[in-house]
Amino acid sequence: MGEPLLRVENLKKYFKSAKGSVHAVDDVSFTIEAGKTLGVVGESGCGKSTLGRTIIRLQEPTAGSVWFEGRDVSKLSRQELWEQRRVMQMIFQDPFASLNPRMTISETIEEPMELYHMYPDRTSRQKRAAELMDTVGLARRLYNTYPHELDGGRRQRVGIARALALEPRFIVCDEPVSALDVSIQAQILNLLQDLQKELNLTYIFITHDLSVVYHISDEIMVMYLGQAIEKAPAETLFQNPVHPYTQALLSAIPVPSLHNRRERILMTGELTSPIDPPPECRFASRCRFAQDCCRKGEPKLTEVEPDHFVSCFVCAGEPSSRS
Amino acid sequence: MERKETGYALEIKNLSVEFRTRERTVYAVNGLDLKIKKGQTLGLVGETGAGKTTTALAILNLVQTPPGVITSGSIHLNGECVLQAAPDAAKTGPKHKKQRLQKGMNERELQSMRGRAASMIFQDPMTSLNPVLTVERQIAEVLEKHEGLKKDQALARVREMLELVGIPGDRGREYPHQFSGGMKQRVVIAMALICNPELLIADEPTTALDVTIQAQVLDMMQKLKRQNGTSMLMITHDLGIVAEVCDCVSVIYAGRIVEHGTLEDVFDHTLHPYTAGLFNSLPSMEDRRTRLRPIPGLMPDPSRRAPGCAFADRCEYAAERCFKEPPGTVCRTGEHMVACHLYNRDNIGKEVLRHG
Amino acid sequence: MEVGKRNNKQREEELDFASIPKNSGFKETFFRLCRNKAAVAGMVFLVLLILISVFADVLFDYQTTCVDQTISQRLQWPSAEHWFGTDEFGRDLLARVVHGSRISLSIGVAAVAFGLLVGGILGAVAGFFGGMVDNVIMRACDVFLAVPMMLMAIVIVAALGASITNLVVALAISSVPTFARIVRSAVLGVRDMEYVEAARAVGVKTGRTIARYILPNCMGPIIVQTTLRIAATISNTAALSFLGLGVKPPQPEWGALLSSGREFIRDSAYLACIPGVCIMLTILALNLLGDGLRDALDPRLK
Repeated sequence: MGEPLLRVENLKKYFKSAKGSVHAVDDVSFTIEAGKTLGVVGESGCGKSTLGRTIIRLQEPTAGSVWFEGRDVSKLSRQELWEQRRVMQMIFQDPFASLNPRMTISETIEEPMELYHMYPDRTSRQKRAAELMDTVGLARRLYNTYPHELDGGRRQRVGIARALALEPRFIVCDEPVSALDVSIQAQILNLLQDLQKELNLTYIFITHDLSVVYHISDEIMVMYLGQAIEKAPAETLFQNPVHPYTQALLSAIPVPSLHNRRERILMTGELTSPIDPPPECRFASRCRFAQDCCRKGEPKLTEVEPDHFVSCFVCAGEPSSRS
Repeated sequence: MERKETGYALEIKNLSVEFRTRERTVYAVNGLDLKIKKGQTLGLVGETGAGKTTTALAILNLVQTPPGVITSGSIHLNGECVLQAAPDAAKTGPKHKKQRLQKGMNERELQSMRGRAASMIFQDPMTSLNPVLTVERQIAEVLEKHEGLKKDQALARVREMLELVGIPGDRGREYPHQFSGGMKQRVVIAMALICNPELLIADEPTTALDVTIQAQVLDMMQKLKRQNGTSMLMITHDLGIVAEVCDCVSVIYAGRIVEHGTLEDVFDHTLHPYTAGLFNSLPSMEDRRTRLRPIPGLMPDPSRRAPGCAFADRCEYAAERCFKEPPGTVCRTGEHMVACHLYNRDNIGKEVLRHG
Repeated sequence: MEVGKRNNKQREEELDFASIPKNSGFKETFFRLCRNKAAVAGMVFLVLLILISVFADVLFDYQTTCVDQTISQRLQWPSAEHWFGTDEFGRDLLARVVHGSRISLSIGVAAVAFGLLVGGILGAVAGFFGGMVDNVIMRACDVFLAVPMMLMAIVIVAALGASITNLVVALAISSVPTFARIVRSAVLGVRDMEYVEAARAVGVKTGRTIARYILPNCMGPIIVQTTLRIAATISNTAALSFLGLGVKPPQPEWGALLSSGREFIRDSAYLACIPGVCIMLTILALNLLGDGLRDALDPRLK
């Protein structure tokens, strides 16, 4: 076992708005071992994208710490942070918006290498860029093409090549396949898994697609309105979801099969506001098991079985009676 | 207007649509056949660029001409012919101003048809609604136009409809920006169904929505559909949604239908290699350990028309014949048909595709 | 298109991938522009004008045709010898117009270049950093925009004297706020794009971000605005010279020609009309080109 690669402690990210403080990420903690994948799922507004960006400090955390290999990334100075970027990278969601339209894909891939003086001269950088293109499955003849000449799947491969250019150990994948067609999605998912094995990468895989997250993650964390409400190894979560939200979420996935159909649990109502939320369970207003205690305080993540954590007053402690 | 009683809400025969510009011609739809029985829901499944949206637009005659040209085919809604391409339509040049149709509706007839006989829901609810009109007003307009109702009568019907889609009546006086994505899509659905059309065309109606909201919206659409006996064309790339709401499935690839059948036919007795490839690309909820088996390559460039089967260069079963001749259709059962050289009358009942 | 990795490598290694030419879309834009006949007409006119002004000295010697006065030949209507006629001092009007084109164009380009440089930097800084910086810069621009250009020019010229340099300064100052606005709004549109964020994630620092990521993606509106501003500047130059605030005689700037021709409008109308028409045609050509560029660069019209 040993020390986990990444340890996030009580991470918070609040945004100031005219109406108050938006609690985008509210007191999230978890660890990831080297070479593993943590899947972060949730619907829009749950804060998963903000979480990813805050961990690598594209957004500054409001509170909390992010320990990477024993160093607190959240407290690094600007120069130290710049150096730290080499090991912590990100793959973005929108293949159409995440590449500079005015740079060829080779320039995009070579730029990080240039900035960090990884190779002594241009030729060796070019060679390395071509190798990266091979690794992600881009034909070398596309070397001098611009993003607008490529389709979504190829652009996303460029994004992956760019993230790999600095030889990072940790990559935040922010919905990397959501904008792609099903068959291209599968190609990219296979690629990400192969890269993980080959280069011993550690991933945080952010997505709203539960079947994708099940396939690629070792552990899954479910987020709702900025909080982590359930965390468990992938199979455990899908076989025994405890939190009512997780149950509703899993039941809502349309299954592409005429067999093994789940009973649909429909939630009522809409998301409550993330602005200055009162100290109660944020899911209470939509929860079919809500009781008085749910509005009297905020539940915390408690272990209901080995490695399986749930944040719920009603369900934590009684896993079997709620499936 | 001659109307034949056919029992089909929608019949598309041999539809071909091209987009001709100075630089190149895009073959969006190539000899497409589609049939929806009254009261049924047909899922049109395909990936980006397959021609689904163009087909939907053609039904309502919303294809922009120019640069679009309907080079062949006919479309019948409830037995009524709404579009019939002229025999010489294929000769239309890139600078043409008007579509040469042998029979089509004029603008007035079209306007009367859209919303009444058939209506459409688009993908993005954010841009489908007019931001400066209240929700009530927008839906009422549709009623006033098609049924000539007066303002208060219309509003009463509108409020009823809003309740049906799950929006409390007094919220009708609000503006679209005050609603969330899921609620906006419900408004759009209310607007589409208010005149009780016989055919509802839904173009990826839930793609922009969260999965739990998607479940609510699909559920609601099912209820309404059953209540009014509306037929539906559900365009989607998500096979899960197809399994939830559709009765029959047509799989579209490069502007052609490559497989069609009931849910059971297509899901449990998959014939076409592309359809099988789509299923194999999906991460399975049963077995997370097996590696996904995606279809290699990309959808072909729609400006190039292959002489043979459009799927040949990605197909693991492709033979020489597949590159030379376009495949004809073979039927397995009354409803289940496939367009693939692998099959002929002899082996159609047997398992041809390799598994594992 | 394959998914595979190393099996490609052998085949492609022979291919000198780095030397495949880039397709940055300039050609495409240029061809789209050429399809717009009005824009082409404008472009052709301007190219001719630029050539003429560059070779003005070759065509007509400045001293003999523009300065030396030949009173015996004054006020002659256009003829085979003097295509545009002669002015009140017997100087060949065509020669003066040709030399004047050089002055008008160079003033226009110089003033706009200065405005673009200063205004562009201010706008980029305001747009990129936002907040207080944005506020201060934009409010300062508002102050300058509130003063009518003519008034500002009069003040500057009155204070510093009428000369070409001061004219350029006055015109440039009036261009700066407009460019600042345009560049700022273009930068705002680009600043929040995901590729800018992605650049930060791979370690691109601020200066490079602005230079490589933000500004190149703002070029469209900036180019269009530049052509239109040159047109406006030429028009303003002519106006100022007409009022006597511009160049000093005998420099044949078009506005000055227009102004001096005013006296003779009854009997020698050509003296005022011809420079006037030249001004009009140049501005028209610039506007047509500007419109054409805007349409050609608009990705939605592709």
